[in-house]
Amino acid sequence: MWDYSETVKEHFYNPRNVGAVEEANGVGDVGSLTCGDALRLTLKVNPETEIIEDAGFQTFGCGSAIASSSALTEIIKGKTLDEALAVTNQDIADFLEGLPPEKMHCSVMGREALQAAIANYRGEVWEDDHEEGALICKCFAIEEPLIVDTIRANNLSSVQDVANYTKAGAGCSSCHEKIEEILARELEARGETFTPGAGRPDLVLERRTVAKKSKELPVMQNGAAKEEPAAPVKKAKSKLTLVQRIQKIEKAIEALRPALQADRGDVELIDVQDKTVFVKMTGACTDCSMAGLTLNGLQQKMMEELGEFVQVVPLSKRQLEEAGL
Amino acid sequence: MTDIKGIYLDNNATTKVDPQVLEAMLPYFTEQFGNPSSIHQFGNQVGRAVNKARRQVQELLGAEFDSEIIFTSCGTESDSTAIYSALKAQPERTTIITTAVEHPAILAVGEQLEKEGYTIIRLGVDSKGRLDLDDYKKRLDDDVALVTVMWANNESGTIFPVVEMAEMAHEAGVMFHTDAVQAVGKIPIDLKSTKIDMLSLSGHKLHAPKGIGALYLRRGTRFRPFLRGGHQERGRRAGTENSASIVGLGVAAELAASRIEHENTFVRGLRDRLEHGILAANTHCFVTGDPDNRLPNTCNIAFEFIEGEAILMMLNKKGIAASSGSACTSGSLEPSHVMRAMGIPFTAAHGTIRFSLSCDNTQEEIDQVIATLPGIISRLRELSPYWSKEGPVENPDQAFEPTYA
Repeated sequence: MWDYSETVKEHFYNPRNVGAVEEANGVGDVGSLTCGDALRLTLKVNPETEIIEDAGFQTFGCGSAIASSSALTEIIKGKTLDEALAVTNQDIADFLEGLPPEKMHCSVMGREALQAAIANYRGEVWEDDHEEGALICKCFAIEEPLIVDTIRANNLSSVQDVANYTKAGAGCSSCHEKIEEILARELEARGETFTPGAGRPDLVLERRTVAKKSKELPVMQNGAAKEEPAAPVKKAKSKLTLVQRIQKIEKAIEALRPALQADRGDVELIDVQDKTVFVKMTGACTDCSMAGLTLNGLQQKMMEELGEFVQVVPLSKRQLEEAGL
Repeated sequence: MTDIKGIYLDNNATTKVDPQVLEAMLPYFTEQFGNPSSIHQFGNQVGRAVNKARRQVQELLGAEFDSEIIFTSCGTESDSTAIYSALKAQPERTTIITTAVEHPAILAVGEQLEKEGYTIIRLGVDSKGRLDLDDYKKRLDDDVALVTVMWANNESGTIFPVVEMAEMAHEAGVMFHTDAVQAVGKIPIDLKSTKIDMLSLSGHKLHAPKGIGALYLRRGTRFRPFLRGGHQERGRRAGTENSASIVGLGVAAELAASRIEHENTFVRGLRDRLEHGILAANTHCFVTGDPDNRLPNTCNIAFEFIEGEAILMMLNKKGIAASSGSACTSGSLEPSHVMRAMGIPFTAAHGTIRFSLSCDNTQEEIDQVIATLPGIISRLRELSPYWSKEGPVENPDQAFEPTYA
């Protein structure tokens, strides 16, 4: 059985706002292929104030789908439509004190039902822009369509590229076989051949090397594991000086800091080495299950600021201790 | 955990180690710790115990020789051993015939072999989970290295005519393997009177511990080991014997042989009572698989318009353990491949619940499950968009048509 939080169980066993709202003026019907779940959200919106006066749900689905639906109705009741539209799937997951990575799509389904119901109220047609598929990376809850889209958009060609751009595969590395299969298929489609490098992608190796470097120990000489990133794209040399780069990286962190601090977390820049940015997660970020997504956002922001590819690597407590930090 | 004295109806997933099995095993962790391969007294007593267990398993399977039993680590290892052995021993043959409803231990190996260039024929089933034997016969030719067909299905309990299918394979000169993990100990088996070449079994499905299995290998069947590196199991499965678990499997096999009649009378009676009780007390549910031809302990019921994991969570809260073919319980994309192969509609396949009994269950437990279910089913239907107050909404597929991501 899944490791559900007490709040998930509580909202499953005692769901709030079950059933269709009477005199509903906004209805959203959505489904999630991943779990065979489906949800109908009905809203009663005050046309004067645009406040959601009542919300009800009907869900065909598993425990977390029912709990997510219940949480959604609790969150949005009393909000204006614009306030409600600002609710993210992460808000739903947070309300439930987290969902297993395999079940994050239940919260996505909740947000989509909300968008669909509000579009229905406003007489608009809601279009689903989120494609679901098989869960590839369990550490960071990354699904296949995102990986495929990212490979195509950025012409990626190695497991490390995929880890750099999507975070998929950057954790326990158990999904590397699946990522290799996706790469082989995508590369074949564009007329290339996938050639995995010898040994490990150097993502893992670099982390270790750095932790040791900072302690001034000899750098690992095990060259066999060093894989040359095959992608010729996006390898342009940075034209910025190190100080300029660090300033821009700090600027990216500053931009996201208010959001992190609102959740009682923070990120601290530790080191910048070539294309790798080492950070320390502090406060609530330390053991947050969504830290992966946070880092993803941070990395994206840094890349926008710098105009070049960088990889954000969080240093573990052990690595920081070893480095005397 | 909830009440540890809960009602356990998930014996096709795993069983409780029988107290007699545990008792027989314990000395092999302490004083009987020797390596069965050793010459000295510490070893050779263990060696004798392993051989006794081999004869007990031989007896349960009705095998002609005890040397036809190879101990492995689990059913999955036995399955992989059988498949890879058949391919390695007959490199000129590149096709495997199996069914669409096998356990992943077979299907996933098939998918991998397909990537490596082998041809995998997956026989389909009808709405009751039955095979078309005429179609099967046509597929048997000189390129087929192995037919591998489960004896009984783990989800629906449906029994395949493997004895007949092995005869047909034998006539065509094709090797035959059966994954009998669910069948062994539940229905009588007499391998010496069949043409089955290989059979997989798993200890923890018959009250032995997890981590022990066996492969039956008919004398004379061409074989290539999966694990090399030692003379154990006559060089057919290297690795120091898991002696305590082997002893446990032997005792469990002997117990299963002695209880097979009980299984097919008492347990079958409980299963039928459960099934009739559930069907009478709940609307819009039906039995999946072939009710006339299935394991005595298994019943799989599809509850329409609700989802299996939600049912299981509510059952669990009441101390009742079962399992489901819903996508959610496995974290996979689709509901059970077994239900899909039988053409069970989407809104029912997600709501399939498997109840699998054992000789440990009682009539009081069964009656309690029958009494508990209706409240759960109606509660979840109240939440379902496919359901209105009295019954399913009219034309459920059209009344509720969500936008699927």
